[in-house]
Amino acid sequence: MAGSPGQRVRRLGTSMAALAAVKGEGEPGGQAALGGQAAGAPLLEVSGLRVRFRSRGGVVHAVQGISFAVEPGQTIAIIGESGSGKTVSAYAMMGLLPRTAQVTGSIRFRGVEVVGLDERQLQEHRGRNVAMVFQNPERSLNPTMKVGSQITEAIRRHLQLSRQQAHERAIELLRMVRIPAPERRFHEYAHQLSGGMRQRVVIAIALACEPALLIADEATTALDVTTQAQIMDLLLDLQQQLGTALVMISHDLALAATYAEEIMVMYAGRIVERASAGDLFGSVRMPYTRALLDAIPRAEMEPHVLLPVVGGRPPDMLTIPPGCSFAPRCPDAQQDCTQAVPPLQEHEAGHWWACWHPCQSGQGGQGGQKEAGR
Amino acid sequence: MIPVSSPAGAGAAPAPAGDVLLEVRNLVQEFVLRDYGGAKGGVLQAVSDVSFELRSGETLGIVGETGSGKSTLARSVIQSPPPTHGSVIFQGRNLVGLSRRAMKPARRNMQMVFQDPFTSLDPKWAISRIVEEPLIAYGLGSRRDRRERVNSLLDRVGIDPASYGRRHPRELSGGQAQRVAIARALVLEPKLILCDEPVSSLDVLVQAQVLNLFEKLRSELALSYLFIAHDLALVKQVSDRVAVMYLGKLCEIGPVRDIYRAPLHPYTLALLNSIPAPSPRAGKSRESSVISGELPSPLDPPSGCRFRTRCPRAQERCAAQVPELRPLGAGGHLVACHFPLSDGSAPPANSKARAEIAGIVRR
Repeated sequence: MAGSPGQRVRRLGTSMAALAAVKGEGEPGGQAALGGQAAGAPLLEVSGLRVRFRSRGGVVHAVQGISFAVEPGQTIAIIGESGSGKTVSAYAMMGLLPRTAQVTGSIRFRGVEVVGLDERQLQEHRGRNVAMVFQNPERSLNPTMKVGSQITEAIRRHLQLSRQQAHERAIELLRMVRIPAPERRFHEYAHQLSGGMRQRVVIAIALACEPALLIADEATTALDVTTQAQIMDLLLDLQQQLGTALVMISHDLALAATYAEEIMVMYAGRIVERASAGDLFGSVRMPYTRALLDAIPRAEMEPHVLLPVVGGRPPDMLTIPPGCSFAPRCPDAQQDCTQAVPPLQEHEAGHWWACWHPCQSGQGGQGGQKEAGR
Repeated sequence: MIPVSSPAGAGAAPAPAGDVLLEVRNLVQEFVLRDYGGAKGGVLQAVSDVSFELRSGETLGIVGETGSGKSTLARSVIQSPPPTHGSVIFQGRNLVGLSRRAMKPARRNMQMVFQDPFTSLDPKWAISRIVEEPLIAYGLGSRRDRRERVNSLLDRVGIDPASYGRRHPRELSGGQAQRVAIARALVLEPKLILCDEPVSSLDVLVQAQVLNLFEKLRSELALSYLFIAHDLALVKQVSDRVAVMYLGKLCEIGPVRDIYRAPLHPYTLALLNSIPAPSPRAGKSRESSVISGELPSPLDPPSGCRFRTRCPRAQERCAAQVPELRPLGAGGHLVACHFPLSDGSAPPANSKARAEIAGIVRR
């Protein structure tokens, strides 16, 4: 992101006093809640996060300075294509990145810095504070362990409960994720469950210690559309019951718009637009987001209509071009786009974009006609 | 729209004008599962009595959940493996029971594009060799002719033959690899392409590019597609007609506009309602539209209508009697349901079920 951290802080900062109280340390220019939700202290606060990996070809700049905050109970979505850095960001929040990753910037959970914690502290952070649901439930579950034991393992790892209490809690969790006959399912193995059931078990494990933040990384991508709807409804219900904040990571803008309050669009390791779901679809500003919106086939479209597409591919993360990363593919690109990186700024209340030549309000391709049909 | 008389006993759907290219009649595909020692462990009914036609130049979309039998159906059509019962008539010839040699000319005219290009392309072969192989297998053209054909096809699908021809699949992105798979499917100039989730593994911008490529090729080369996908919105974009499958059975088949505007089968409606609409925060108000439960086991499908265990409209009759695929309304719209949605004659007696449907039909 362009600009020094200090500059961004001033742009973002709205309620530093509240934050300083929570953090209990007078860091110069502390970051504050974003997106007009300045009242409460943020649960998670990411600022200037950069992640780099060394590879044979050079340094891969996977995440290039992203900043955002998640309030308690909030649902936000991080949207992007493969390689946009969304999953790497989530892994950084979980403290799951391999040691070879160079993480700079700050990730604060309830004011406590996560970047730089050792493995033992991170284990405490994971599960209790933040839990994650991954795309592929088959790979998240141990095929040789009963699903119930995998839940009690997570419970007993973090909470001081007896075997019997943990068992009861596991049954309760299975019931909470709406698995029929939980007493029986407790003793079954992952292969005996359907894909949707397995993902429910993974959600039960993630919620075992009542984390304050749940990260769902493409949690429904591997599932059928009807199962996807069931799982998303379940996640939102649980979120309301438990007050958990939810960060959805997805490539599916339509899914994010259906379920999330706020959407952040990532491209080539940067956040390029963030807004409430309504703003994003009502008046999309960043040409990349517009391209994403236009490329979604919709049920209200006529058959055999060609979709508006942009050519090209995302940049090679080894050699990031100067200026806006999307400029080489952007239909609205002008000369100055390749000279400096546009900063992510709050141009309208609650609507942030990083673009030198944004789309006009209301000119949103298909995105502007969102209410048509259906 | 020409109403076509149904072949005896088969509820084959009438299609728009054009010669019948492919006719599938009463196709059944069952797999016998074996327990330890080879004892019969049960019969998996993957596809049960499916009939439809595909005319030349037409695209038939097939939608359904995992386990609905849509991929098995496509594989039965290309006789890999041949179906247990029924017939697959391609260009006037029944393929079921043909020898490998007799099948070869027919296979030339039907090709497949799979979901994951990286597992369907040989990782050790260069791109140009992958695309050339079908020509060699059929002994077509001289080496120079083949090379020219490969290059022009790669060009057509948007892969530069000069810079990519010698590369290997792993050096390509997902979208590029899928383009190569499409070029390989096209190299024999087939009439029919069976696409099994061809864009599901691609990012949305690449997906749009590849979908547009399919569309462009269809109109330029007068291709017919059997387009399998789980995404209804995507299927609508490419299809002339859509068939909805559930647990090995056809629920509904008809022109794409009718299916999406006025679905007749409760399952189709449930699928339509499960599509995340790209309009904000619809999720909170749509809980009633989500169908509950799970796909029953194809080893022991429910009696009568297979959807009845999850259907809000299910009645006693649904358990007793298998609903036949029958035409309802005009224009070749067929449905297999005792109580289809637009049919006011037999509303469900259960008021709770009715309220649920009212919730579903919110639009």
